[in-house]
Amino acid sequence: MYVVIVGAGEVGTAIAESLAETHNVAVIDIDGNRVEALMYDTDILGIEGDGTDLDTLEEADIEDADILIASTDDDETNIVTCSTAMTVTDAFTISRVKSAKFLRTWQQSERAFGIDHMVATNLLAAETIARIVGLPAAQDVEMFVDGLVQMAEFEISESSPVANLTVEEADRYESLTFAAVLREDAVIIPRGETVLEPGDDVIVIGSPDSIHTFAHELEPDTDGTPNILVVGGGDIGYHTARLLQERGLKPRLVEQDHDRARELAEALSGTTVLESDATDREFLEREHIDDVDIVIAALDNDEKNLLVGLLAKRLGAERAVAVVDSGGYVDLFEEVGIDVAVNPREATAEEITRFTREYQAENVAIIESDRAEVLEIEITEESVLVDRPIRESVADLPDGVVIGSIARNGTLVIPRGDTVVERGDHVVVFVEIDSLEEASSKL
Amino acid sequence: MAVRVNWRQSVAFTGTVVKYLAVAMLVPLAIGLLYGEDVVVFLFSIGIAVVIGLALERLDDDPQLGAREALLFVALAWGAVALVGAVPYVIAGYGTESTLRYPVNALFESMSGFTTTGATVLGAISLERHSHALLMWRQLTQWLGGMGIIVLMVAILPEAAVNGAQLIESEAPGPELQKLTPKIAETARLLWLFYLGFTALYVAILIGLHYAGMAPNMDVYNAVAHGFTTLPTGGFSPQADSIAAFSPAVQWVVIPFMLIAGMNFALFYLLVQDDYVEFLRDRELQAYLGANAGMIVILWGFLFTGSAPPLELGGVTEGALENSLRQATFQVASLLNSTGYATSDFAQWGTTAQGLLLFAMFIGGSAGSTGGGVKVVRWLVVIKAIRRQLFTTAHPNAIKPVRLGGHVVDEEVIRAIYGFTLLYLLTFGVATVLILLDAGRVGLEMTTLEAVSASLATLGNIGPGFGFLGPFGSYLDFPATSKLLMVFLMWIGRLEIIPVFVMFTGAFWNE
Repeated sequence: MYVVIVGAGEVGTAIAESLAETHNVAVIDIDGNRVEALMYDTDILGIEGDGTDLDTLEEADIEDADILIASTDDDETNIVTCSTAMTVTDAFTISRVKSAKFLRTWQQSERAFGIDHMVATNLLAAETIARIVGLPAAQDVEMFVDGLVQMAEFEISESSPVANLTVEEADRYESLTFAAVLREDAVIIPRGETVLEPGDDVIVIGSPDSIHTFAHELEPDTDGTPNILVVGGGDIGYHTARLLQERGLKPRLVEQDHDRARELAEALSGTTVLESDATDREFLEREHIDDVDIVIAALDNDEKNLLVGLLAKRLGAERAVAVVDSGGYVDLFEEVGIDVAVNPREATAEEITRFTREYQAENVAIIESDRAEVLEIEITEESVLVDRPIRESVADLPDGVVIGSIARNGTLVIPRGDTVVERGDHVVVFVEIDSLEEASSKL
Repeated sequence: MAVRVNWRQSVAFTGTVVKYLAVAMLVPLAIGLLYGEDVVVFLFSIGIAVVIGLALERLDDDPQLGAREALLFVALAWGAVALVGAVPYVIAGYGTESTLRYPVNALFESMSGFTTTGATVLGAISLERHSHALLMWRQLTQWLGGMGIIVLMVAILPEAAVNGAQLIESEAPGPELQKLTPKIAETARLLWLFYLGFTALYVAILIGLHYAGMAPNMDVYNAVAHGFTTLPTGGFSPQADSIAAFSPAVQWVVIPFMLIAGMNFALFYLLVQDDYVEFLRDRELQAYLGANAGMIVILWGFLFTGSAPPLELGGVTEGALENSLRQATFQVASLLNSTGYATSDFAQWGTTAQGLLLFAMFIGGSAGSTGGGVKVVRWLVVIKAIRRQLFTTAHPNAIKPVRLGGHVVDEEVIRAIYGFTLLYLLTFGVATVLILLDAGRVGLEMTTLEAVSASLATLGNIGPGFGFLGPFGSYLDFPATSKLLMVFLMWIGRLEIIPVFVMFTGAFWNE
């Protein structure tokens, strides 16, 4: 497939890196140095120019493109890029936008602006946060097969009941598969005797119920409805609060600006809006921050989010989730005490990458910036799995593959050695990045 | 980021190149079997290449080259290939009168081959003295080096494509990397395909001429042998008289293919896409063809009016229209883009003509061609940048970007080109002095023009110089120290200086 990406920022770069392995990729950016630097890191064709200019698009052979991805930092530029491209190509266009207002417009009509798929960064970040909030201790949560199968990543803490147990001892759940253990930079495919050490991240695939049970097992002192504080009433904060209240939770939202706080209070009926500076200790103590289970820092400034998150934890909040705008700081934030750092750009890049996969994976989750992927695959006649017990087909698959769950006609089938996979099944697999190409061709 | 350069990775990857060099040696082995000569020589050489390659590969089982490792690798790979490529010369020369039995000479011949220089230290070039297989190996080294061994690796080895852009940029001539397609391996394959296509076409025409009775000496062996050295702007020939050994018809065929070899191969991609306008609009191509045409006319004037003395050997007879035009065209085309073939001993043409040819040698081929030298595009930019300098002296407030065919040249690129050109001239100057000193040390008679041409012809990967190292002479008389210096000059000339020089800086080895 030939993919043209406009914008070589964090999002565009991440998408280019994911796709260049298996597709032809051209990247357009107004900044020539950026394009050139990317060309040496990744196997792409770099073009310096303005993506909203037809000449530039034609230089990138846009008429031959299968997919056009507009991923600059500017909403209007992305929209105009797609509209411009539409005049000369039938490529599938994907546009990144920050603000949800364009998304609403786009949802009103088929192919508005000439865009086939729109990804709203802020909404995506809010959705990611909301998913993580739903599971105590979770680092990352993704849904597959229309919510029938869930994947989650948990960090094993010192105090966790499963710390220092073997996988065999910890695995007491009917429909749950331990897909992988991430230890420092290594991806370990767990065997029965693998020990879960404190500090490991474990990836599990299974039914939402069993994952929920497992999550509570990890953090036994979480029960009932979590007490949530969202800090920052920007686009991300608003959507997070909205998604949480839709789930019946009653979040509190802190916003410093008087008019904006008023606006939010009118828009969010199930949320308590508080007007204050969230870095004010007295205010936090007054609001019983020590009872808060999760604090979500969604201000429009990374440093402030870090401060709010750390301060809240210092004063007794259970977990802190912070929005980080610069992808490079994600690990650093999690290093110094933020439990989960959510990077809207990374989430956007992953979302767009999903859309451009060649195999029939309908859904992809990218683990820890591309160390591994979790894929949902519909089984066809060509698959090595079809009509054989899993025990037999495992020999034909590369080492870094774990079959997590099988969904058949809307019900979950637990994969065991003697399970026979049938055509039409949806299989959720964990694949290490090195085995990806081989695995996806065989499944 | 590693604090230091991980040289083990670079060396291990160099092992891979050396290992595959054994595959290239199958060609002379096949010729050897055909003619029943030197089979053992190449069996041994293949064994040595494989053993050395595998040994080096053991240093790192999965080299992942970073930017600096890639640079180091390219420099090392060319050094290693030249060393291993010299093995057949030494083995074949063992116990014979061949001048290549001495390792320094063999290394010189090998480096001269791979870098497509075409300077030789063979005492006598003839198929009586050396086997068909060995002389074909000498030709083949130039063909492999022409489009580039690294480019070839990126084209065929998936593991080399990972940072192929970095690798190709270090090897391919010219100031900037040009990617034709999104995938670097595909770009490399395309370049080699054009190269292979032109080579095949050329060989076919030569063989056709032979069977049409217009080229009695151009048998299949010679056609293939010259096919291996024309497109890479190499200049080696299994004939002592170079192209003078063949009929005028052959000489007229060689000329256009020499011209093609000095063009940017990326431009042919435009032709494939039927974009003739864009092809003809390329400023470098215009300048390259213009420089050729201008110098041909001037030299033809000299030869036609008899300013250059007539020669015994395929010489120019005053006033002979076709002959003088052919000689002028051939020699300019051959020296300007660094091929180094000759149809007559231009070393006897008198100082005016030689001065003109020396000037041509400074120009070089196009960026992205197989030619050597400074490259046309760099001279274009330097000239334009100097013109701007003069203009802004008169108009201090003027802002004048340097344009090349409608595109603005980045100031950073201009600085890099200035730096390269200066470094090139400085290296050339220092090398000339060193060669003269070295000759004085051993009491070798040498004129300044000879030393100048030796330094320029090796650094610019041209081959023949003037005087005793003219097109029918050889570099044999130089002392071993000078030959090693020239091996170094050919090496840095082919890689455009920077990748090799950077290895001698402390900054490269330490963070």
